[in-house]
Amino acid sequence: MSLSKIKFDKKIVLSFWIILIALIIAAPTLLPVFRLNLLGRYLSLSIVALGVDLIWGYTGLLSLGQGIFFALGGYCAAMYLQITSSSEFPNNIPEFFALYGVEKLPFFWEPFRSPIFTFFAIWIIPALVAGLIGFLVFRNRIKGVYFSILTQASLLVFFNFFNGQQKLINGTNGLKTDVTQLFGQMVGSESMQRLFFWITAFLVIAAWFFAKWVVKGRFGNILIGIRDDEPRVRFTGYNPVIFKTIIFSIAGGLAGISGALYTVQSGIVSPQFMTVPFSIEMVIWVAVGGRGTLLGAILGAVFINYAKSLVSEALPASWMFIQGGLFILVVTALPEGVLGWIQGDGPRNLLQRFGLKRKIETYPSLEVNNKEGNNE
Amino acid sequence: MELLLDSLFNGVAIGSVLLVAALGLAIVFGLMGVINLAHGELMMLGAYTTYVTQLIFKLPILKPFYNSYIIVSIFLAFIVSGVVGILLEKTIIRKLYGSPLETLLATWGVSLILQQFVRSVPLAYGAGLVISLLIGLFLPTTFPSKIKESINFKYFKFSSWIFAALTGVLTGSIISSSVSKLSRASARNVDVTAPSWMRGQVEIIGTAFPKTRLMIIVITLISVIAITLFLNQSAWGMRIRAVTQNRQMSDCLGISTEKVDIITFGIGSGLAGVAGVAVSLLGSVGPNVGGNYIVGCFMVVVLGGVGNLLGTVLASFGIGIMTDLIGAGRLLSIWPDMPLPLSNTINFFATTSMARVMIFALIVIFLQFKPTGLFPQKGRMVEN
Repeated sequence: MSLSKIKFDKKIVLSFWIILIALIIAAPTLLPVFRLNLLGRYLSLSIVALGVDLIWGYTGLLSLGQGIFFALGGYCAAMYLQITSSSEFPNNIPEFFALYGVEKLPFFWEPFRSPIFTFFAIWIIPALVAGLIGFLVFRNRIKGVYFSILTQASLLVFFNFFNGQQKLINGTNGLKTDVTQLFGQMVGSESMQRLFFWITAFLVIAAWFFAKWVVKGRFGNILIGIRDDEPRVRFTGYNPVIFKTIIFSIAGGLAGISGALYTVQSGIVSPQFMTVPFSIEMVIWVAVGGRGTLLGAILGAVFINYAKSLVSEALPASWMFIQGGLFILVVTALPEGVLGWIQGDGPRNLLQRFGLKRKIETYPSLEVNNKEGNNE
Repeated sequence: MELLLDSLFNGVAIGSVLLVAALGLAIVFGLMGVINLAHGELMMLGAYTTYVTQLIFKLPILKPFYNSYIIVSIFLAFIVSGVVGILLEKTIIRKLYGSPLETLLATWGVSLILQQFVRSVPLAYGAGLVISLLIGLFLPTTFPSKIKESINFKYFKFSSWIFAALTGVLTGSIISSSVSKLSRASARNVDVTAPSWMRGQVEIIGTAFPKTRLMIIVITLISVIAITLFLNQSAWGMRIRAVTQNRQMSDCLGISTEKVDIITFGIGSGLAGVAGVAVSLLGSVGPNVGGNYIVGCFMVVVLGGVGNLLGTVLASFGIGIMTDLIGAGRLLSIWPDMPLPLSNTINFFATTSMARVMIFALIVIFLQFKPTGLFPQKGRMVEN
């Protein structure tokens, strides 16, 4: 994004990794379960933030409907858990069905009896849905704000649908996972939550590397090209529709994984995951962290959610003001986000303003990084 | 026949709420390319203005005129939402022209703040704040041009803001001391009761129509006519249209695009306030009332085609009639002996929320064939 991205020293990077891994290993023993559970939830949210960063930060598609895919992943995981632990209920189906007089498992839930199917469904189903929505929208060259509005409308479609279907998915009440069994243990139990934390932490790192791999090389270059000048990409002979559809379904798949992890750690999945504000919040995590920087998306998601829970505990009414202010501030004053600001010219400009650093008169690549010495 | 008429009326009633809400959005979006996610909250401000006006008209001095409060509140709501909109334009949106996605996020932030504002600030002081904004923004423009051009104008401006702030505090405390309901902040929903002449029903061609619905249709009709006249007959309307067609060219020809932006945004926001009055007649008013309408409004604008009032009108009535047909399951009563699978499908969608699902799905399908809406802008468009 900027001319002079700071290249961190290898030693710093290595020590960063060592500290990070040490923290992940130590966290379950250091933190009380309540805080650990919160941290695990925020980490799982950072996966969906990575997806948002891929489509918005790199490709320039502002989706306000990531909640759809997030909730789909959550529902897949929750339904599997409900079905596997339903042996004591009548008809061997989850308890809530009895409330609405349903005696047979709806046909589309049948495959979820298998753990292998569920494992794939959690990310493939959201990815397919995202791919379908994306293809229909991109094919018509609907883009910019129209894309945002349409994704928001689809979010509302899904929300209303899931909210209204008691007989199929328990409607507004959602599916609880706390008291279900997995590997012979309660999902809500302490040891399981610890396990989920490790799985989440591992998957966040995996998703980060995956996202790094996606944006590296030609594919990533085309994505950035689409963001910066789509007609030019098309005139160069690439078909943006394919690339946009692929990246949108990748983001959908990431959202699905994230939703599944969030569901097992928060104990419930409900249509509340598909409300309009939640999906827009995902965007602000990325915006604050720094769009176009993958690490920024992760940090943004974790820190903003952590701040949210802290502020909401202390002063419940003020969080909306802070959040609204964050939206305005980050858009008007800090468009590259915190990490983008640090990696870019931000700190140097700040130091220059206080006279602590020499002003640069030509290009930073010549004056700051001339150790490499391309003159001689 | 009677059934069809009933359905048509219901559809028009639903559609006219949508229309009056989407009208301001269509103008702002069509003319300025700005996505205003705070539009719903501007509607909410309009609805709260109606509530405040109603309570103020219950005071002994104004009691004789109580029945006319709804008319007054239409104008007040226009002014309140318009002023807040102008403030929004001057402080935030102006910085973000040309980057609609950023505007979208910033206005979402504004909408969160406005929602929390009505929850945690007493309405009386909210009214005072709006009054001081109104005075602060408009008092300097009424000064004679001699003062405006002098170097010391900024001091005049500053003192007028101080005057505005004092007036605001004064009115706020007067209102809060005289109307106890407005003196405390509350997150609870409030109810606007229609004046007696608007309660009950009217009979037209043998069918009874609720008067509030008719009133909303009248409000919508007047707003549409007024805005059409303004855009097509007045000088500022002409300037607005010119800027819509070609911003740079209009700028070169001496049209102050900055002023045009403010006026457009002010009118668009004001119309949101008028929509808020209509919404307050339909049900209780709460901080989240705007959120129920905003997506529907955007659908109207997308479906109707950008920058086209006729498209907006047709799209909102179309959506309204379809909502009624699907949501109330009227197709079944119009055509009772349809084949079973079809009637089952229709029954499945015959609730308000499922009707919404169906409508949005239909719109997405429609956009597959006409991506730019019913009435796309004519001429060669360079993809931006």
